[in-house]
Amino acid sequence: MPSSNKFATRRRLLEFAIGASPFVIGAVAWQAVSLSGRLPAVLFPDLGTILSSFVDLLTSGVLADAAIGTLTRLGSGFAIAAALGLSLGFLMGRYQIAEDFLLPVISFGYPIPSFAYAPLFVLWFGLGDTPSIMLVAIAAAFPITINTWRGVKSIKPIWIRSAQGMGATEPQILRKVILPASLAFTLVGLRLGLAQAWRILIGVEMLTAVANGLGSLIFGAQQFLNTDVMLSGIIMIGLIGYCLEKQIFERIERLTLARWGMITA
Amino acid sequence: MILISGRTWRGFYGLLVFACAWELFSRSGIFPVGIVPSLETIGLALVIMIRDGSIAVHIAYTVGRVLLGLAIASVVSVPIGIFMGRVWFVERFFKGPLSVLMPVPSLAWVPVFILWFGVGNRTTVLVVAYAAAFPMVYNIWLGVRSIKPLWIRSAIGMGANATTVFLRVVVPASLPFILVGLRQSFGRAWIAVIGAELLAGTDYGLGRLIFEAKEWLSTDVMLAAIGVIGVVGLITEKLVFAKIDRHTIVRWGMAGSADTAN
Repeated sequence: MPSSNKFATRRRLLEFAIGASPFVIGAVAWQAVSLSGRLPAVLFPDLGTILSSFVDLLTSGVLADAAIGTLTRLGSGFAIAAALGLSLGFLMGRYQIAEDFLLPVISFGYPIPSFAYAPLFVLWFGLGDTPSIMLVAIAAAFPITINTWRGVKSIKPIWIRSAQGMGATEPQILRKVILPASLAFTLVGLRLGLAQAWRILIGVEMLTAVANGLGSLIFGAQQFLNTDVMLSGIIMIGLIGYCLEKQIFERIERLTLARWGMITA
Repeated sequence: MILISGRTWRGFYGLLVFACAWELFSRSGIFPVGIVPSLETIGLALVIMIRDGSIAVHIAYTVGRVLLGLAIASVVSVPIGIFMGRVWFVERFFKGPLSVLMPVPSLAWVPVFILWFGVGNRTTVLVVAYAAAFPMVYNIWLGVRSIKPLWIRSAIGMGANATTVFLRVVVPASLPFILVGLRQSFGRAWIAVIGAELLAGTDYGLGRLIFEAKEWLSTDVMLAAIGVIGVVGLITEKLVFAKIDRHTIVRWGMAGSADTAN
């Protein structure tokens, strides 16, 4: 037993070393390129500069301000998208007429990136929060609608019919049958919607020149060749994106679907 | 009437109602007609751009950038994805960078890439490649990992060498995932190209067309371009991807096995 234990420890150490090595290699390569002086230091700052400007921006609250602005926009846009997408998806899945009516419009609108609307929305609603939140909401509403629709369509008709046979009203069927039975799809939709909203929002913030946001922080820093500020912004974006994925959605999935045995965690 | 089913008609009505709503909105005077053009004006702008051939040039540039970006992304992602699925230390090596870089939206890199590579084609194509690479790696990795070890072992047992195992077992068995990845990559690339064209000031392209039309307040051109973007995206989805699916995984009875990864 002790020898196999020792082997397991060594294996774990090796795994850790391999997992850490790309970051070490990346850092060394970055540092070598930046210190070699072949690229101007303004465009390719060394890690120390990036780190100290990240810490500076963090302690002065600039990054926090920008992150709060971005997250508020993300939250409001996503909330609108969820309300819209869930209700449209439910209508389309439950009522054939709604599906026939809405499907062509949705399949035409889905492949249009919401960036394409950005200049138009700026003309209509001015710069700032309103167009960015609307664009994020549009971008996120499509995957939510489509997955909710698929989820409701995937429910076995016999479940609904037996609920009806037992005298359930329409709101009861919605709450007790449709919602739980389509939850796997709905959660996938919400997750895709949030990811989509996140990807779009950073670009939209650059186009709509919002006052405080991570996208506009990066875009503004470009004008002054502050590459260290831009990279600090990207680090913050990566951290938030990572937390959104790992902390929010994987946790929800564990709490609901895996617990009910719908997927294997 | 018999040839066209009731469902198709209702779908047609759906689009019609949408068009009428736009027309009402345009003529209502909530916004000046100049920035909410009627369908007639939008159609006219489209016809003019089709006649002088400019729309074809813009489409060609945008689609060309997407294809180039996808090509670069697949050269990088396909080997990484496959080896991640087959070799444990390759998986271990790339897992960290993948989970750190994946949540960074491709457009966040646009300002940095502009400084490094200048405005124009190179930045746009690189942003597209960045956007397309992650779904490809991720899905190929999942697909190769999902192959039952027994299939590979029985192929080896029957005397297949590494190349045969790869071509006859690994590739077909992971194809549903690869196709899902390709589809997702196209979707991401399509979003990234429009955004990057808007931000990185290229010469041609549908995103550029919209951006330049905004400077002249030509909302009719902008909306016509948005329509064209929708049509090109829809055609790619329905004609290219649906057809690839039909000829491969649907025919082999594998459809739906990678659906949840969508």
